[in-house]
Order: sequence, then C-alpha cells, then structure tokens
Amino acid sequence: MKRLMNIEPSRFWRTFLTIVPFIVIIALYWSASDARLAENPNDKLLPSFTQISSAIDRMAFTENKRTGEYLFWQDSAASLYRILLGITISAAIGLIIGLINGLLPGVRAGLSPLVTIASLVPPMAILPILFITFGLDELAKVMLIIIGTAPVIIRDMQSQVMQIPKEQLIKAQTLGASTWLVTIRVVLPQIMPKLLAAVRLSLGAAWLFLIAAEAIAAQEGLGYRIFLVRRYMAMDVILPYVAWITVLAFAMDFSLKKMSQVCFPWYHHQEASK
Amino acid sequence: MMNVIKIVTLTLALLTSANAFAKDKFSICWSIYVGWMPWEYGDSSGIIKKWADKYDIEIDVVQINDYVESINQYTAGQFDGCSMTNMDALTIPAASGVDSTALIVGDFSNGNDGVVLKGKKSLKDIKNQKVNLVELSVSHYLLARGLESVGLSERNVKVVNTSDADLVAAYSTSGVTSVVTWNPLLSEITSQPKSYKVFDSSDIPGEIIDLMVVNTKTLKNNPKFGKALVGAWYEIMSTMSNKKVLTHMAEASATDLAGYQAQLDTTKMFYSAADAVSFTQSAALPKTMKYVAKFSFDHGILGDGAVDENFIGIETPEGVVGDKSNIKLRFNPSFMQMAADGKL
Repeated sequence: MKRLMNIEPSRFWRTFLTIVPFIVIIALYWSASDARLAENPNDKLLPSFTQISSAIDRMAFTENKRTGEYLFWQDSAASLYRILLGITISAAIGLIIGLINGLLPGVRAGLSPLVTIASLVPPMAILPILFITFGLDELAKVMLIIIGTAPVIIRDMQSQVMQIPKEQLIKAQTLGASTWLVTIRVVLPQIMPKLLAAVRLSLGAAWLFLIAAEAIAAQEGLGYRIFLVRRYMAMDVILPYVAWITVLAFAMDFSLKKMSQVCFPWYHHQEASK
Repeated sequence: MMNVIKIVTLTLALLTSANAFAKDKFSICWSIYVGWMPWEYGDSSGIIKKWADKYDIEIDVVQINDYVESINQYTAGQFDGCSMTNMDALTIPAASGVDSTALIVGDFSNGNDGVVLKGKKSLKDIKNQKVNLVELSVSHYLLARGLESVGLSERNVKVVNTSDADLVAAYSTSGVTSVVTWNPLLSEITSQPKSYKVFDSSDIPGEIIDLMVVNTKTLKNNPKFGKALVGAWYEIMSTMSNKKVLTHMAEASATDLAGYQAQLDTTKMFYSAADAVSFTQSAALPKTMKYVAKFSFDHGILGDGAVDENFIGIETPEGVVGDKSNIKLRFNPSFMQMAADGKL
C-alpha cells in the first residue's frame, strides 16, 4: 500500500484534475445565471454567456458610436503601457539600488533603513501627497506602480547580493578585480535571475496599483472601464475585462519565466538540482 | 456528483434570486447625503420602528458607505428599497429590468451640485478644458445641461473620470482646472482661493431629485411597507426644525450643525407631503425625466437593449415618458398623498 503522499497521478488524470475545477465553476455560474435570468430577463448581475459575448463584440470589435474607437483595445494598450513602464522602471531601480546597497557597506548604512521604512508605507494611504507631487496624469499612475513595487524589489535584491558567498568575492579580489569588476562579473550575473523572480512576484502588486490608479482618475484603461461601467452594473463588460486582466497577468508572468529559462539556464539547472 | 452539483446550484440560485413573496420583514439601505440623513435619524430615534410596529412589520435600515454599491445591492435584490437620485434610478435598477417605484420624493438639489472653475468666472471658459468629475453620475448630467445652456457640447471639453473620494485632493493639483461635484465636496472646493462656481443645480431646479425607491412588486404585495416608510418619513420631516435633531444628523454625516445647515440651504427639502405630491404631479417632472432619459441613452447607460431614449417607460402622474409597454420606473404619489391627507 502506497502512502498518500507518494501517489502520483498519471498524465491523463493530472490534465483531468486541472480542468475539473474550471468546469465546475462555469457550470455553477451558468445555472445561477440561468435562474436569475428566468426571473428577470434584463438582470445584469449574472449575465448569460450570450450577453457576455455580445458585450465583448461591442467593446472589442465594434467602433464606439461616440468616439469611433475600439474601446477594449484602447483600454488594453493604455493599461499595458502603464504597467510595463512602471514595472520596468521598478526593476531597474530595484536592481541598481539593491546591488549598491548589498555590496557597499557605506551606502547600505545610509540607504537601507530608509528603503525598509519606505517599503512599509502603504502607497494607497499617501494618495493625496502623490497627487500633489505628481499631478493626476500618466506620471502619477506610473509612479504609484513604482512606489508600490520598487522598495520591495530593492530589499529583495539587497538580501540576494548579501547572500552571495564571501569566498567568491574574496577570490575575485585576490585575482585583482576592482569593486566595479566584482559587481559586473561576479555579482550581476548571479543576481539577474533573482531579479526576474522578484519582478514576477511583484506583478500582482503592480496590477493592484494600476487598477487603483485608474479608478481614481483616468480617461481610459482596463481599471477605468471596470470602475466606470460598475456605475450601471454592467457585469457583462466587467467579467470579460477581469478575465482579460488575468490572461494578461498570466502572459506576463509566463514570459518572464521563459525569459529567465532562456537567458539563465544555469540558474534553473542549479535550482532543479537543489 | 451530478446530484451534488444540482444541490449546490439550487442553493446558490435560491440564495441569489430576489424573492418578492409576501413577507413581514423588509430592509432598506441609504448612503450619506444631506437629503438622506433623516433615514439615519429615523432609525436611531426609533421613529421607523414605531411605524413598522404600527403596521405589524419589521424594517431594517442599513447604511452603505458606497453610494453606487448601495444601488447595486438594491438592484440585485438584497434590499427592498434604497435612496437614490432620479437619474440613477433610471440607469441602474430600471435599466436592469427591476421595476422600481419612487415612493418618496424627498428633495431636489438646488445648488448642491456645481461646476467649479479655477481662476475663471464664466462657464463659457470651460471650453477645451479637462473636466474632472465622476463620469455618468448626476455631475456629468449637470455638466451636459450646463454646456447646453451656453451653446457648447461635451465635444468641447475632455471629461476625466475621477473618484469622488479623491476629488478634493485632485483639485489641489495644478493640472486640474475644472471639476463638477456635489456637497460637501463642493463647498470644500469652492472655499479654496480663486475658485468660482460657474453653474450649479439651482440653474436647473427640480432636475436632480433625491428619492426613496422601492421594488414595485414588493410594494404592490405589501402596501403596509410603503405606508410605514412614508408615515415614518413625514414624522421625521416634522422634527427637522428641531436643532437637536439637525445636530444629530450633522454629526452622523461627519460635519457640524453649521455645515449641515449650509447643505440644507442648497437643497430644496419637501418637508410637507403635500409639497412633494404637487411636485410629483407637476408637468415639469415628465419633462425632466425626458432630459435624463436622453442623456442616459446618449451615454449608452440605458442598457444594451435600448434602441432609443424611449426604450424604458417612466410613469408619472402627468403621463408616461417612453415606452408604455416597458414601464420600469414609476413616480407614484399615492402613498405621499395618504400622508398629506393624514390617513396613515
């Protein structure tokens, strides 16, 4: 008799078990929606799949009557631009400051406590200050993402740098490497895959801050649309938007993972053998 | 397995479906606004309970912190009644097919909503500016009516959807030059230097109406519910000359007596049932609702099925606006009439 913890499902069963929860959720939704619509055909809370697909068609594949634009793609482009810009800047700041903080004790003494405290300030609580400093336009939205994610990435990078074995650094120095050379040739390559991992983990927070920023003041964007149509409870628009955000977030996460595997295969071998 | 699914879905369906069977327990929801604070007082002073007891029913009064969420909850069937404006009553419950009745016409905004410009004194100067407001709300409607009055249209401005919670902070940034909002935010913003109110709801009197909206089916099956609410409301109204009562309402809306009084001054409250009845019976009401329906249709918020602004029927004592075979919003003064006649 095998122990429960040693029973591995076959490939067929694994696929099956992956799909089942999704089917159950869809079935539950379908029947609940059906029941509500039978009572009131204009109900908006749980729209039918036909209503949802007509909303998708209206938002994504039909020109808007008033503006002549395809709202769905316009929203997606605006949001993607903001989040990609925000997360890229965050990653760059995180890498540079984290690296310096981790490697140079002098800088660390000055910056590290500040970063730690800054990372603990909830950005949503200081919104009015952010508005006054950065205005209400694109800059403010990107800044909210950066403020929300950069400190965490910095802290992670710093601790990763500090975890590099001292022996390696000493060895490089005995071979005559300067601080710069150690940074570039010893520390940076080892830290890059960790950076990608940190960025992957902060994607969730980045989306959260993006949606929040767009809910506060915007003219377009995925979060903007959701909060706008919420005013007349257009769940037929909100549900596909939520699904789309999930797809985009998953795609970003997946491509970062692939990028890491392609660029740093040694790291993933090392991780796998641990 | 199939059985489990059936049971679970059945339970879910039962839980989520609105049931309007005759029942003795009712619930209404409200959110903080000058004209709706009386509901809070009615609840905490026991006036609503007194009237509910009189008709041998129970009425739960629930405060919801988010206005739109309160209407959504009502529309989803979680509440039997909810406080809202005439425009939101049309675009949220009525457009979602929930037949709703404006049981109590409480007041109309008479300066409580306004357009504010920074450093400019005439509404015409709004041309080509970015306007920060809560899109698709009564503010948006007020802006559209204002623009119309000076020969401009929404094409002449750029509307930026801005959350009401952050509007005051947004106004203090240099990029924001014009806003449309309601009290108490409005007075907060106009009190800042070089801020001019160039258009407000007193320029379109009687068009932004604050109502207690109840589910028509529930009301029809349970006239007691309507009678108790209306009876309680006008008893609360009769106490509103009392400073103590007003102070209570002021504190519950996080301001002081002077602040609350200032908001009441820009609100045309119908303290007597007779006034509310004659307002509801006036020919101006269907005209207003026509404007509101047109605005809502132009902005695509009458629902997907709407082919034109007449898609949803709105019943008023002076006649039906829109489709007579699809009446989803009803202004029914009969309960207020009973209060005016002292028959409750």
